[in-house]
Amino acid sequence: MLLRFHAAGRDDIHHTPQETFYRKGGCIYMDSKNIIRLENISVSFDDQSVLQNLDLQISDGEFVTLLGPSGCGKTTTLRIIGGFLKPDSGSVFFDDQLVTDLPPHKRPVNTIFQRYALFPHLNVFDNVAFGMQVRKMKKEEIRERVEEMLRLVNLTGFEKRSVNTLSGGQQQRVAIARALAIHPRVLLLDEPLAALDLKLRKDMQAELKNIQKRLGITFIYVTHDQEEALSMSDTVVVMDSGKIQQIGTPQDIYNEPTNAFVADFIGESNILDGVMLSDYLVEFFGRKFSCLDSGFEPNEPVDVVIRPEDIDIVEPIKGDLVGTVTSVTFKGVHYETIVDFKGFKWMIQTTDFYDVDRTIGIKLNPEDIHIMKKSEYSGMFGDYSSYSEEFDEMADPEAALTGEEAEER
Amino acid sequence: MRSKSAAAPFGLWMLIFTIVPMAIVVYFAFTDPDGQFTLANILEIRNYAKPFLSSIYLGAIATVICLVLAYPLSFIIARSTERVQQTMVMIVMIPMWMNFLLRTYAWMSILEENGFLNQFFGLFGLHFNMINTSGAIVLGMVYNFLPFMVLPLYSVMAKMDDRVIEAARDLGCNHFEVFRRIILPLSTPGIVSGITMVFVPAVSTFVISKLLGGGKNYMIGDIIEAMFVGSASNYNLGAALSLVLMILMLLCMAFTRKVDNDEETIGGMMA
Repeated sequence: MLLRFHAAGRDDIHHTPQETFYRKGGCIYMDSKNIIRLENISVSFDDQSVLQNLDLQISDGEFVTLLGPSGCGKTTTLRIIGGFLKPDSGSVFFDDQLVTDLPPHKRPVNTIFQRYALFPHLNVFDNVAFGMQVRKMKKEEIRERVEEMLRLVNLTGFEKRSVNTLSGGQQQRVAIARALAIHPRVLLLDEPLAALDLKLRKDMQAELKNIQKRLGITFIYVTHDQEEALSMSDTVVVMDSGKIQQIGTPQDIYNEPTNAFVADFIGESNILDGVMLSDYLVEFFGRKFSCLDSGFEPNEPVDVVIRPEDIDIVEPIKGDLVGTVTSVTFKGVHYETIVDFKGFKWMIQTTDFYDVDRTIGIKLNPEDIHIMKKSEYSGMFGDYSSYSEEFDEMADPEAALTGEEAEER
Repeated sequence: MRSKSAAAPFGLWMLIFTIVPMAIVVYFAFTDPDGQFTLANILEIRNYAKPFLSSIYLGAIATVICLVLAYPLSFIIARSTERVQQTMVMIVMIPMWMNFLLRTYAWMSILEENGFLNQFFGLFGLHFNMINTSGAIVLGMVYNFLPFMVLPLYSVMAKMDDRVIEAARDLGCNHFEVFRRIILPLSTPGIVSGITMVFVPAVSTFVISKLLGGGKNYMIGDIIEAMFVGSASNYNLGAALSLVLMILMLLCMAFTRKVDNDEETIGGMMA
């Protein structure tokens, strides 16, 4: 097996053919382009399990997002990759070399921290130059690269400024320039935009994606914001309770969620109990619907996901199901309409207005129905009976915190 | 502007308790007992060069020892859990709540010819001459003033962001580099105020040198005390000595602060 450790240069990446290697328990197919591989990682703090037997492979040059609610283990995973935390068990590989015990300063990985963590006693120039000065690079070379990096993040002319006088967005750019200046192979980003306001966050999302494409290095991005994850990533890793729930492209994750947690966390979902009668035929609410899913046992109980924007509203007589509108909220692009079907409330997103108490019918096409296997999350999500946005926000401590932090600025 | 009227009482306070007493000290320093202007007191001071120098010397040694002891201690406290931090700060502070004289007398009875330590060493047939040495004075200073070094150091270190240290490690620093490039420059304000808070009282102390130095090792504080309450009674000379001592202190502080500022401008600009 080729064991080479690429320090900094980007020009010497070898595209070796895919290799197979063996491990006790069987044969694992391995892509040698993997830059980072986590194997069977477990971590617990004070007897509380944070990560359970986590396996993850990250390809070189990818934009990977670890997405999940607070406490799901995403930041812990990032800290293990960065070398700030040693897992209780399991291994971390970098270019197929074991680095589990390597301290942070010996890993070709750099981190952008949540609150930037700039050095308050140094000016912008010295912050960006820091990593190069530690590496004892030539003064001239340092100066050139600092200039180049500041140009990259649009901060030319800020060299002499104290970092304490910069705005949140500017501080974040300095942090990015500082991390990229030493040409890491992988950049770890721990909710880097959480403290910025919405408009700035959108701009920075685009900018980060741009930088990643331009430099072609691997980004591992941690966030609890599903929209951010969907719009920036090549691959999304959805996590909850210390386990990976699903790995896939943003489209996969949205269109083919593997369980009720993923379906609920990524976008809005109506999730119903159903029975898979046979391939391509599912029954719920006492009616049979044709669908595109197969491969289930006959009469296997399943979770049925229907996205609010896929539902067509029709005359009650023409509807597959008939229900009563219980609330309508105007959202700008569409109306968020909550409809009661026999006590189970669905969310429907429609551009047409249907007033409260109106009886409507809905039509479901086979491609609108997505079937998932039953999981530990079944029955926990997907009913909008107790739906209230305010309640939703209150239940997310991170969102509330971010709001306050944004106001401080 | 709006704070102007609110500041008035404090201005009055400063006037009565700082400006006026200072003016009185200056007045006494430049007059003779009859109230006539004279430079004799100031000129007289050259006879006291030795106690001045030995005060500064002993004060400086005590300050350095305090810094060496307090720096790692403060670092350990600041990196501990909240609970441990509170307990350890408390332990550092408790001796300060004991009367200063009592603490120093206690050291006297420990260090005496037939004191606690010599009784202990006597078991092994040893005897040390500890009391009435400059070493005893430095020990007394370190013991009494150590908390004044620990507290400012601890407070700057506790404020240090863990993530800044992690960022430095992330960017390639080993533990020594983290200390040199991050922890030391960020704790410099604490070092400066710690030095100020230990050096100033150490140089001007008279109780410690009197009780533990046995009158053999005169410090400038002892002489000033003698000028006011002792047999030598000479207010004018006492005031002149105090004035010169104060100016020396100010020069020392200005120097320390300058070193601190220079260090910061090397690194960058800090508010």
